[in-house]
Amino acid sequence: MTTNISFSLNGDEISYDVKDHWTLLHLLREKMGLIGTKEGCGNGECGACTVIVDKLAINSCLYLAVEVDGKTIETIEGLASTEGSLHPLQQSFVDNGGIQCGFCTPGMIMSSKALLDENPDADREEIKHALAGNICRCTGYIQIFESVEAVKGMGGQNE
Amino acid sequence: MKAFKYVSPTTVEQAIDFHGQHSETARYIGGGTDVIVKVKEGWSEPDYLISLKKIEEMSELHKNDATQELSIGAMVTHATLEKSLMIRNEYPIIYDAVSNIGSLQVRNVGTIGGNLINAVPSADGAIPLIALDGMALLHGPDGERSVEVKDLFVAPYKTILKPREILKKITLPPLAPHTGSAYIKFGRRAAMELPLIGVGVLLTLEDDLATCAKARICLGVAAPVPMRAFDAEKLLAGKKINEEILIEAGKIAADESKVRDSIRGKAWHRKEMIRVQVRRMGLKCLEIIKDKN
Repeated sequence: MTTNISFSLNGDEISYDVKDHWTLLHLLREKMGLIGTKEGCGNGECGACTVIVDKLAINSCLYLAVEVDGKTIETIEGLASTEGSLHPLQQSFVDNGGIQCGFCTPGMIMSSKALLDENPDADREEIKHALAGNICRCTGYIQIFESVEAVKGMGGQNE
Repeated sequence: MKAFKYVSPTTVEQAIDFHGQHSETARYIGGGTDVIVKVKEGWSEPDYLISLKKIEEMSELHKNDATQELSIGAMVTHATLEKSLMIRNEYPIIYDAVSNIGSLQVRNVGTIGGNLINAVPSADGAIPLIALDGMALLHGPDGERSVEVKDLFVAPYKTILKPREILKKITLPPLAPHTGSAYIKFGRRAAMELPLIGVGVLLTLEDDLATCAKARICLGVAAPVPMRAFDAEKLLAGKKINEEILIEAGKIAADESKVRDSIRGKAWHRKEMIRVQVRRMGLKCLEIIKDKN
């Protein structure tokens, strides 16, 4: 029931003994202490637990940890530079009022990053389509879309 | 979540064998976007989850150049179909359906085979494959068998699959020239929502670009399982296709449907929407055919 897996997490190579029934969210939050990723509904409805696995945004609450063996994972903790400067998407959410209570923000930002990494010039419709699985109960979404649009063309990269 | 052992065989035969050794307590898992929810909620309590993710042939999306047959592995994700330009250009009805299943996070993981096997009455993934005359290839302990996708469904959440049997892939016959197809998931919102009604239409015209050579009208949430509106299809076959006859087909399809009241909507509303959407999807098919000529 325990399996040893290796994966890349925010650039670090990790080896970990996971229980087969752990979700990736459980591994990240409860075992590795990476509590930036949130648990909302736990059923894949709200997107608060969104992380990027091999360039794809996924719900970590429905993804088994054992399945990330050999894969590359990005979480919200990996975005800011080691010196502490925010990723352009993070800065943009701050500057454009894309955050209110903040609970949906890590998921929103990871979904946005996956989108812009793949399609740096995403238009409003494409942004809406990519963020449709992330629920925000505060902002009404407009400021969130504006936050993403403000970093368009920057490729969501750190540079 | 209840503890289980996770295994990931690399061939269909291995998966079936493993299931045979633990038949009472094992269950297959594809992308997991439904199975994990069921296990978390305690609706399913497997001791073994047999993942189909490492079975490479089940993740292949391939068009045979010689036969023009399209083969969609059951483990192909909705997102793979959504992003495929070939699907978008040649099978727009599939694109229409898969691009609004769940959310992007769900589509990146969830599979077309899983969507079929779940057999929910709304099954967005099933409608286009039925309209395209898809065949499902099943593999069980006694070997393979092939059934029409439309015959997969027995009742809500129930398919004809026998214990241990695996849906391996779906094959679609070559598209006839002058074919257009379209699907609409009609509801209050597109994402993370089941449709009020799903309507898929496929039209193939003769070389005169007016006479109907083949019509498929497929409905989701219109009956306990996905259904074809045979009477409406019959009306169109051999006739000149225009808006008037599509309006008539919409009425017939609405009458044929076995819609009912549910928390998402009333039966009369569903009927009205079938009527409207059959016409609209039919017109969209004509538009697609016109654009290609």
